Amino acid sequence: MPPHFLVHNPEDSAGVVVVEDAKAGMELEGWVMDTDETIHVTALDDIPIGHKVALSDIKNGDTIMKYGHDNGKAVADIKRGGHMQVHNVKTKRW
Amino acid sequence: MASHKFMGYRRENGRVGIRNHVIILPLDDLSNAACEAVANNIKGTMAIPHPYGRLQFGADLDLHFRTLIGTGCNPNVAAVIVIGIEPGWTGRVVDGIAKTGKPVEGFAIERNGDHKTIEMASRKAKEFVHWASEKQREEADLSELWVSVKCGESDTTSGLASNPTVGNFIDKVDPLGTYTCFGETSELTGAEMICATRGKTKEAGEKFMKTWQAYMDEVIEPHKTSDLSDSQPTKGNIEGGLTTIEEKAFGNLEKIGKKTQYVDVLEPAEEPSKGPGLYFMDTSSAAAECVTLQAAAGFVVHLFPTGQGNVIGNPIEPVIKLTANPRTAREMAEHIDVDVSGILRREMTLDEAGDALLAMTLRTCNGRYTAAEALGHREFVLTKLYRSA
Repeated sequence: MPPHFLVHNPEDSAGVVVVEDAKAGMELEGWVMDTDETIHVTALDDIPIGHKVALSDIKNGDTIMKYGHDNGKAVADIKRGGHMQVHNVKTKRW
Repeated sequence: MASHKFMGYRRENGRVGIRNHVIILPLDDLSNAACEAVANNIKGTMAIPHPYGRLQFGADLDLHFRTLIGTGCNPNVAAVIVIGIEPGWTGRVVDGIAKTGKPVEGFAIERNGDHKTIEMASRKAKEFVHWASEKQREEADLSELWVSVKCGESDTTSGLASNPTVGNFIDKVDPLGTYTCFGETSELTGAEMICATRGKTKEAGEKFMKTWQAYMDEVIEPHKTSDLSDSQPTKGNIEGGLTTIEEKAFGNLEKIGKKTQYVDVLEPAEEPSKGPGLYFMDTSSAAAECVTLQAAAGFVVHLFPTGQGNVIGNPIEPVIKLTANPRTAREMAEHIDVDVSGILRREMTLDEAGDALLAMTLRTCNGRYTAAEALGHREFVLTKLYRSA
């Protein structure tokens, strides 16, 4: 079975959904590319292909990690399995 | 890795091209109509219209000349007709291109009018086409190839797979002595400190940081009206799942591979002068502007990973498109040369994807039309630094 989502680095806050049918309630299987591990998370929302799923509970203001680096900050609380996009994550730059 | 050879056109100055264009190049906006008329008269030629060339000054004028002269000098171009409104600046472009040793001739419209100019230029263009069309391809090596890279309409699949595929390509060809080039100054924001560590020398890294900071101070800060979140990432990027400039930047940087270091930092459209290897060029992140500058610096084939499906091409530098987004590969199949979506399904390794891209690059060098060439994409977009006088 191909993975439902991919994770760059084990420290990352988010995985990227790579299938076109990730729906709320589905148990998603993920592949952590750097370590070749398999992880699971239950989707709380429908998540379009290419969009991110939270891998842990995240608090408003927390730094979002991806590629093992700082990718911005949460601007709302995000639950594990939740859809992460511009409504709850923002750049620290401009 | 398989064969390193391809069949290219060896030019007078020793550089190797992969196309054999006779171009009709306007100095300025006023000369587009005459250039297009000549290209219509003489089959096998191509006009490259653009909107600028009048009353520019200073660094902006220098860049205009550097871009036009560089376009004419590109080894994918066999011969050039230049048409301008007056002979002075027309001659400056002709003289710049003539240094390569290739056939080039200029025509000025003032005192002649369009009709006479078109007639004279058409006669010369016909001579050039007869001459160029007898040129034969000769065997060349990957070490003689100049490859530029830039991504567009990126999404998260770009950072996961299509950009790393380009990176794998660069890591493979760098030891062979291939010239490669990446750009997109503003789009490295968030990953600029990591990019600075990828310079081959301390000087190269410092020059990158200086260039990045100047773009921030001179372009972004004085002109921004908001926090830029509506432009960088673009609406297409956000639709594709990207959220912040930092996320986009780290994905972007995947294009230079895991180990390759850049030799030097180039001005827009500046030709590399420090030998083989990877170069960073100070460019906008808009696809056509960036590729136009890279082609003007002498790069002959371009690798363009896309997520959501940017359709860009360039008149003289073939643009090879790859995507890892299965939806883009399916819905926009006519634009995609290499589909690496198998990486996301774990059906293809990154190394296999890099080999597939290399194989397609060699086929393109041998003459295969890219999707963008077959579809007629010829986006030639000059970078303008500020308003004309």
